[in-house]
Amino acid sequence: MSNNKTNPKTILMQGNEAIARGALAAGLDFFAGYPITPSTEIAEICSVELPKFGGKFIQMEDEIASISAIIGASLAGAKTMTATSGPGYSLMTEGIGFAKMTETPCVVVNVMRGGPSTGLPTKPSQSDIMQARWGNHGDAPAIALYPNSVSESYELSIRAMNLAEKYRTCVVLLSDEVLGHMREPIELPDLSQVKIVRRITPTKPPEWYQHYPDNPKYPMPKASFGEGYRFHVTGLSHDSKGFPTNRADETKILMDRLRNKIAYHIDDIVQIENYQMQDAKIAIFAAGISSRAAKEAVMMARKRGIKVGMMRPLTIWPFPDAAVRKFLGDKKAIIVPELNEGQLSLELKRVMGGIWNYEIRKTKKIEEIHRTDGLLITPDQILKSIMEVK
Amino acid sequence: MNKEIFKKEIRLSGSGGQGLITAGIILAKAAVLDKVRVTQTQSYGPESRGGASRADVIISNDEFYYPEAVNFDVLLALTQEACEKYSKNLKDSGILIADTTNVKDIVHLEAKVYELPFTEIAMKKLGTILPTNILSLAFLVKITGVVSESSLKTAVCDFVKPQFKKMNLKAIKIGFKLASEEIIS
Repeated sequence: MSNNKTNPKTILMQGNEAIARGALAAGLDFFAGYPITPSTEIAEICSVELPKFGGKFIQMEDEIASISAIIGASLAGAKTMTATSGPGYSLMTEGIGFAKMTETPCVVVNVMRGGPSTGLPTKPSQSDIMQARWGNHGDAPAIALYPNSVSESYELSIRAMNLAEKYRTCVVLLSDEVLGHMREPIELPDLSQVKIVRRITPTKPPEWYQHYPDNPKYPMPKASFGEGYRFHVTGLSHDSKGFPTNRADETKILMDRLRNKIAYHIDDIVQIENYQMQDAKIAIFAAGISSRAAKEAVMMARKRGIKVGMMRPLTIWPFPDAAVRKFLGDKKAIIVPELNEGQLSLELKRVMGGIWNYEIRKTKKIEEIHRTDGLLITPDQILKSIMEVK
Repeated sequence: MNKEIFKKEIRLSGSGGQGLITAGIILAKAAVLDKVRVTQTQSYGPESRGGASRADVIISNDEFYYPEAVNFDVLLALTQEACEKYSKNLKDSGILIADTTNVKDIVHLEAKVYELPFTEIAMKKLGTILPTNILSLAFLVKITGVVSESSLKTAVCDFVKPQFKKMNLKAIKIGFKLASEEIIS
């Protein structure tokens, strides 16, 4: 949301531009992409701005090539990003799994539009929330962030780049058509004030270097190709130097690391916003663009004397299990508005004590609002639900 | 400065290619210059010309979160289709500004209605229909006062390419003049 006290540095900016500018502020130096509505502006701006920073932009032939290019560039030492929407993201999932398995930092932006398939190119959706978690085959945890304003698009773009570097993984930055094309005032920070996670290069002699250390520290050091360090990169299960292995003990170390580097750092990764939650009897759980309607609905309900609050995950994955239990466990009813057929609510029900069993918590009702016709859920729609559950 | 809390929901509507999203961006930029809160959103089809197109601008000095206009304080309609579709969500206290070059039939409304052939006026006075968006936006700004006239001028000059600056400033002047005449009458 815009600040009331604006200063001359405040400018009007589009959500997609904020993502591009945020990545540039975080040290992006390579972008490969295949333009797709409603994400095109991100590629467009990077193509103009990156060369000014000494970076490189390549328009690839498709999304498979795009994700492959940013993984390759990252292995060679670049900070990388690509941007797409649902149809392109589907093509990228193979590469995303490869980036996670090979622990190669990169950021994939998914500006969600109506689906399935090519769906509604110019309409918003939140139907790729589960895809951001489970899109690639094989068990690998995901990090996915989802802002709800232009200024937060900028901030979370920086954060996505930093988390990718710190945990050496593919981070997904979610947005949606309305958020991506929306314009709001934004006050850009002084670039010297932006906190950047820089890639740590190994100091050990090359022959001692483990590309995949058994007990890593974070940020996880990473050598780049061409620096004299020898390592192998494969999607196959691999040992500490990256060479394929079938051994159970070596595979276990790998799989444990992939899981635990996220699981042990939930507090570092997860961000939530609580709005008017302290005395609330009813809570709305909403993310991204739907949280804008939710916040407005909270204001409308409060004017009518109904105690409603909103909890918003800025980090969608890993899901904020502990925070959900802590802040939503004592609420009489929870309303989940989302532009899909119930993806966040499915996860919420898992955390709140089993899909069908609400009894173990005080929560008596989880009210779901789904919308997949290409239009936004309105504050009035949420207010109606509040009146029903109160 | 007026300290009263205000919130204005403005919808600029018509068809793709009429420059409505551009007008929305310029209006939002003017609001930033006025140091108030603003959010601009849009809806359009996959085609770059033709098809329904609209831009929403919400301007307020108080907090608001939902980014789309629901009940309009101001509706600009450049096509018959847009006028029919959106005039039912116009507040009774609202203002409809219709371009009678394309809007031939307006249902009875409680709201105040201004009917002018903006496209024809642009063609006649500027020799092109291109600045119809700026001309009608200037009219809207002068009638409604949602942003200051000087901020609108600055926003237009910042936004348009140098070679089109003169034409757009002329369009603003015409829009303001038409509005002054309406206010007097």
